Amino acid sequence: MVSQPISPGLFTWPADQPALIGGRCPACAAVTFPLRPGCPRCGAADLERRLLSRTGTLWSWTSQGFLPRAPFTGQFGSAEPFQPWFVGVIELPGQLRLESILVGCTQDTLRIGMPVRLVTMPFRTDEAGNDVVTFAFTPDPDQR
Amino acid sequence: MPDVAIIGVGLHPFGRFPGKPALSMAADAARAALADAGLTWADMQFAVGGSAEVDQPDAVVAQLGLTGIQFTNVYNGCATAGSALALASQTIRSGQHEIGLVLGMDKHGRGAFTADPEEYACPPWYGEMGLFLTTKFFGMKINRYMHDYGITHETLARVAAKNYANGSLNPNAYRRAALSPEQILGSRMVNYPLTQYMFCSPDEGAAAAVVCRAPIARQYTERPVYLRSVAVRTRRYGAYEVHTPATAPSSAQVPAPTVDATAAAYEAAGVAPDEIEIAQLQDTDAGAEIIHMAECGLCKDGEQNELLASGATSLRGPLPVNTDGGLIANGEPIGASGLRQLHELVMQLRGRAGDRQAGNEPKIGVAHLYGAPGVSAVSIVST
Repeated sequence: MVSQPISPGLFTWPADQPALIGGRCPACAAVTFPLRPGCPRCGAADLERRLLSRTGTLWSWTSQGFLPRAPFTGQFGSAEPFQPWFVGVIELPGQLRLESILVGCTQDTLRIGMPVRLVTMPFRTDEAGNDVVTFAFTPDPDQR
Repeated sequence: MPDVAIIGVGLHPFGRFPGKPALSMAADAARAALADAGLTWADMQFAVGGSAEVDQPDAVVAQLGLTGIQFTNVYNGCATAGSALALASQTIRSGQHEIGLVLGMDKHGRGAFTADPEEYACPPWYGEMGLFLTTKFFGMKINRYMHDYGITHETLARVAAKNYANGSLNPNAYRRAALSPEQILGSRMVNYPLTQYMFCSPDEGAAAAVVCRAPIARQYTERPVYLRSVAVRTRRYGAYEVHTPATAPSSAQVPAPTVDATAAAYEAAGVAPDEIEIAQLQDTDAGAEIIHMAECGLCKDGEQNELLASGATSLRGPLPVNTDGGLIANGEPIGASGLRQLHELVMQLRGRAGDRQAGNEPKIGVAHLYGAPGVSAVSIVST
C-alpha cells in the first residue's frame, strides 16, 4: 500500500528524495511556503511553483511537552507515558525560515545553527487504513 | 494638554468564576469604573466593548440599561483591549463624542488557546502536525533570544517569581501564592526553556475605563490620568511571529510589531523610552516579558539578566514592570487584559495601589499587548 502525504502538494511524493513545494514570487522574488495564491511580501496574486532546498540550519527549537488538542491528529511517539518531541524553525539559506517537527534528536543534542536535512516520518494511519506521512527535519552532521 | 483623559477605572477580579457569565463580570467592572468617575451609565455618550468569546459585548446593556448609544464591539486578538481603547480615543479626538466607556471581558476554558488554523491563514496540515500552538512559538522565540543575548534560565525564573510576588499583593489576581525561582525552574517543562509556572493561563475577568475629552476631565476628578497615545501595529513580512508556517530568511528579518507600535506610540506622545517610570508588558510567559522589555525600548538586548538580578523591575526598583502580577499572576481573559493593565497604571499613577504601590512614585507609564497572529497595541499614560 502506498503511503499518503498529510496534504497533497505539500512535498513531492512518492520520491526517494522528497522536497517541500514552495512558491517564488515573479514580481519580488520572495520564496514562500507552502505554495498558495498571494505573495506575503508584495501582494502579487500568482506565485510560481518552486522546490525548496532539502538542507538548512536550525534557527531555533523547543520541546513539545504536552499532547496538543485538536486539530492535532498525529499518532507518533508514545502517549502513555507521554514522551515530548521537538519542533524547530529551519533556515533554508537564501530562501526562507519554516516551522517543522524535528526527529532523531534529544534536548541535549540540539544546537542552534546545527545543519539539518529534510526527511519524511510516519504520522498516522487514516480512516481507510492508509499510512500517512509528513515532513520533518533531522540533524545532518555530514552536511558541509 | 493631551486630548484624552481617563477619569474612572474598574475591575472584576481575574480567575475562575463558575456560573458567572462574562457579561455579568463586565457589568460589575463597568459599574466600578462609572462609580470611580462619579458618573452613571446614562452619562455615557458612547461605548466600546472587547471580547474574544462573547459575540456581542454590547449585550451588557441588558444589565446596565438600554440607552441607545453608539456601542461598538471589537476583537483584535491579544491586542483587543488596546484596540478598543484606540477606537475610544479616536472617537473623542474626532469630536464625535466627549465621554464614553471602554469595556473588556472574557471567559475562557482551561488549557492553551486553540482555533481553526484556516481562520488564521494557516493550512490544515499546520494544525494537524501540532504546530498551531502559541506556546511553542514563545518557547522558540525566547530560546533564540537566549542564544543571541546570553539570557539565562535563572533570569526567566526571576521574572515569573517577581510577578507571582506582585500578584500575592493584589486582591484581584488569579495566582496569589508567591513562588521561588527554584520552584518555577523545577516545574514541568512545557516548551523548552519555558516551564509550567513561567506561563500565564487563559481565565476569566473583566475591566473597564471611563474616558473623556481632556479639557473636561477636572469636572469629574481631581486626579485625571492622561492617555498620551495608543498605537496598534501588525507584523511585517520577515518578522518571526505566532502562527506563521514560514517567513523570510534571517538575513531579511524585520522588527516585531511591538517595536513598530512602541515607536509610533512614543512619537505620538512626544515621550522618550527613558522617561517611562512604570510598565505593564505582555508576559504571556516569562520569556515574553524579557523580550518585550527590549522591544518596548526599556533596555538594550541582553541587559535583562542584570536588571532582574538587581531587582530593577520589582516594586522597589527604578522601573517596576507588571506591578499587579501581569498575565502570569492574573491570567489572560483576552478582551479584558489590556484594560487590567490600564487599571493598574491608573492606580499606580494616582498613588493608590496599596500594598503593591511602586516605590518610585511613577508619573508616566506604558501598557503593552502582543499576541496571535502578530498584533501589538501600546498605550502611554501620564499624570
